[in-house]
Amino acid sequence: MSDPSPLLPPAFAQWFAQRGWQLRRHQAEVLAAAEAGASALVIAPTGGGKTLAGFLPTLVRLHQRPREGLHTLYISPLKALATDIARNLEAPVGEMGLDVRIETRTGDTPQNRRQRQRQRPPHILLTTPESLALLLAYPDAAAFFAGLQRVVLDELHALVPNKRGQLLGLGIARLRRLAPGLQVVGLSATVAEPERLLAWLSTPEQPARLIQGDDGAEPSIEVLIAGGHMPWSGHFGVYAADDLYARIKRQRLTLIFTNTRSQAEIIFQALWRLNEDALPIGLHHGSLEIGQRRKVEAAMAAGRLKAVVCTSSLDLGIDWGDVDLVVQVGAPKGASRLLQRIGRANHRLDEPSKALLVPGNRFEVLECMAAIEAIAAHALDGEVQHERCLDVLAQHLVGTACAGPFDADDLYAEVSTAGGYQGLSRQDFDDVLAFVATGGYALATYERYRKLQQGPDGLWRLTDGRLARQWRMNVGVIQDAPMLKVRLGRRVVGEVEEMFAATLTPGDTFVFSGRVLTFEAIRETDMFCRLADSGAEPKVPNYGGTRLPLSTHLAARVRGWLAHPERWPQLPAPVREWLACQVDRSELPNDDELLVECFPRNGRWFVVVYAFAGWNAHQTLGMLLTRRLERRGAGPLGFVGTDHALAVWSLRPVDDVASLFSVDILGDDLEEWMAESSLLKRTFRQVATIAGLIERRQPGQEKTGRQMTVSSDLIYDVLRKHEPQHVLLRATRADAAVGLLDIRRLADLLVGVQGKIRVRHLARVSPLAVPVMVNIGRENVAGSALDDLLDEAVDDLVAEAMGPRLAA
Amino acid sequence: MTLDPHLVPLQLGGETLMLDGRGAVWWPERSTLIVADLHLAKAEAFAAQGRFLPPYDSRATLARLVELINAHRPDHVVSLGDGFHRRDGYDRLDAADRQQLDALGLVTRWTWLSGNHDPDAPNGHGASAPELQLGRLHLRHLPTPHPGQAEIAGHLHPKAALRVRGRRLARPCFVTDGQRLLLPALGTFTGGLDVWAPAIAGLFAGPFDVLLCGRDGRLRQLPGSRLEGARRVKVRQGGT
Repeated sequence: MSDPSPLLPPAFAQWFAQRGWQLRRHQAEVLAAAEAGASALVIAPTGGGKTLAGFLPTLVRLHQRPREGLHTLYISPLKALATDIARNLEAPVGEMGLDVRIETRTGDTPQNRRQRQRQRPPHILLTTPESLALLLAYPDAAAFFAGLQRVVLDELHALVPNKRGQLLGLGIARLRRLAPGLQVVGLSATVAEPERLLAWLSTPEQPARLIQGDDGAEPSIEVLIAGGHMPWSGHFGVYAADDLYARIKRQRLTLIFTNTRSQAEIIFQALWRLNEDALPIGLHHGSLEIGQRRKVEAAMAAGRLKAVVCTSSLDLGIDWGDVDLVVQVGAPKGASRLLQRIGRANHRLDEPSKALLVPGNRFEVLECMAAIEAIAAHALDGEVQHERCLDVLAQHLVGTACAGPFDADDLYAEVSTAGGYQGLSRQDFDDVLAFVATGGYALATYERYRKLQQGPDGLWRLTDGRLARQWRMNVGVIQDAPMLKVRLGRRVVGEVEEMFAATLTPGDTFVFSGRVLTFEAIRETDMFCRLADSGAEPKVPNYGGTRLPLSTHLAARVRGWLAHPERWPQLPAPVREWLACQVDRSELPNDDELLVECFPRNGRWFVVVYAFAGWNAHQTLGMLLTRRLERRGAGPLGFVGTDHALAVWSLRPVDDVASLFSVDILGDDLEEWMAESSLLKRTFRQVATIAGLIERRQPGQEKTGRQMTVSSDLIYDVLRKHEPQHVLLRATRADAAVGLLDIRRLADLLVGVQGKIRVRHLARVSPLAVPVMVNIGRENVAGSALDDLLDEAVDDLVAEAMGPRLAA
Repeated sequence: MTLDPHLVPLQLGGETLMLDGRGAVWWPERSTLIVADLHLAKAEAFAAQGRFLPPYDSRATLARLVELINAHRPDHVVSLGDGFHRRDGYDRLDAADRQQLDALGLVTRWTWLSGNHDPDAPNGHGASAPELQLGRLHLRHLPTPHPGQAEIAGHLHPKAALRVRGRRLARPCFVTDGQRLLLPALGTFTGGLDVWAPAIAGLFAGPFDVLLCGRDGRLRQLPGSRLEGARRVKVRQGGT
């Protein structure tokens, strides 16, 4: 293999040789694809030389035929990644003496440099989907991109499933129009369904090639069973801190991933309590002040840290330092996510990455085993994907009009080939166009304010140049929750979601940035805190964000472990005993039936369902079952869900339990609940912001916000009443079905178990029910409507004032 | 007296009023219905700035008015100011909405008090006035800091939040201390100001009551101290 590719010029071959490298097979295939003018999808594990593969054809081309002007556009989901890649490219460019200019362009790029870039573009421009959208909206976009040859899309697997991928897909379609023959190369980690990414990258005229990199060494993953002990509930893994600490001491640099920020805080605290050797252990999550995060990253890169506790904040992007162990605390939730995290350790392909899983409870042990098994079998999670998002399309149509007049038929043809928009109906396109032009309401009252006007030439154009500025202020699809600055005296130590702050009462204590803080007051966008008295137990350990859903794929594997006792010898003893006890007292869920247990406890009647449908779907099911029980007069009192099971309890016993789960539960009850649900309203707010109906909140604007904006909840209510089929409500329902409610998952579950529901009536709580039962009291939401809650608040008061007479 | 579930009686400055949980005051003795901050044609004002809010807010607000007028059959309706979001709001209304409003003008007598958004009443639509004295009560848009007599005012769009079982509930509300009554905004696209904001809480020297308008049109009465934010204010007062 002295001459692996005839396409590699001597200067390059020499550079590879000097470094002791060989051109890898997939790198050669990318060169060949470029030579043939084809687009490609490169799937390779981290450390596989993927990024170099992406840029190699550009560098070779510019070496052989030097030219001016923009040649290659690189787009990544992270600004920091763009900057890092620019730095990495300097090595080959400098060492081979190539005359190639490389620049980044992100939200942080100074105005004068941006202007200069448009006048004299570099050969390679590294940017983000949002900056691309902005570039495409300039009136000179056609000239700017006319000579573009290649686009490299990094971490494509992370972009495509969400709305940023939608924005990017539309941008790429535009680029293909402006620069015919454009080659698009997507770089992706290993995914479950590469054909979806491939379809995203392909057009009818230009199908993309699939290029698979060689697999690296199989990772070595073990489950930590700390001192033979295993808690019944919780996800924090604090019980394992001693063992974890011992492991950290032995490693060079350990990356400890958690699933939530509060988890990260708690593990960080637990480790520092043990830290007699004063090991440098850092913390990194999305709520921390950006300067603090940068400091941790720099310290990692410089090898000054021994361990970093983090959240998904370090899932993607740059490799900071020489990580030799990855720890996952709490359930992995999905095989793909776990694999991605493990990939952060050891970037040499020929050595296995080392990982340690720390389950938080007995069910999580099963989940860890299932994930290890899935990774060994190379079976990854399929991902639910946003498709044909009409709100993103609305934003794109205005952006396109900002660049110049467009023909609706042409634009429809272009958009319906875009990644994520294939199969878009003309009706939907026209509805979005009408929305953008005049609001698209049946009551056509806004004709005189129209934003887009069709001229005598049939082309659509903006009616007012100022609209372009308004659009620029609101571009992008990333939805930041409104944040408050956390202040310790005058110092800002980070940010929390406004939603979280609203749940606190002054005097409440919570863990933040490794310390226990006492909440004092909120003023405007500041949340004032002080350090809590030493030794204070945090009252609210839990803050921050989204719950990662358990993947369907992993859930099925967990069921598999339960249903097949012959595999139990691989499980730790406490888990084996727990399962054996369950067999003795009740039974185990099997592969194709739905196990439901009913038992009395403390004067309440419990129904526990082992649906393994994930927390989100269980929340929905809990809500629906509560409604049903209410109608049946069972007097439901509450429900609580985990990723694996759901418990509902009521005042009176429930008859004919199996019929509770009939499929029609997804009919009227669901409609009604969804209509009231705050989830749907929150989704509408996002959709309306992206579509440009309401303004994105700008920093510093909050003060005047009250007068300037109308609450999106009010808009939602009015629209739902008067025009339920409006394009924005359609977009909202589609989003909710994908992202928030897991309705489809619930529907699949209920349809699948019809006639196969096993009801067990027990005298007392079963072992398997314990992990869900111990959550009761932590989150207790009844299915009552708002007005009932108001009445309850009043009743409390009356009871307080009138004493036991009323209470009886 | 009827047992209308929407109504709660209130003594204000020696007069007996009925607070209607649908967001208005009904004064039986004078057959007068009092409403505040309708902000008609607000969506139009946004559309003019390129934000196409659903043009159904006026329709929804008018429907609430119709319900209230049908329920009480008043001889007189008083709008406490900001009846329209903009001075030219009447002309900006959709034709059907304008007809609806004209029809309401035929079934009862109207007085439009001036607000900060609409200093003038719509042309030919009843009387307009800066303020109004009715019985022992003074009706005006902006509450006065030290009124000589009991007053009913709008402008502030009061709203209150409380926490029940971990859920935060915020609803429009009436605020009163027996001398002053603040009305919730009846307009569809009207946000609210929390009762603990200085603009509202600062008006009342002593304790005040808050009556929340439920979605079912019924009122829930709570003392201010029970509401979310009450402790926050105390902390601040204690600190300074």
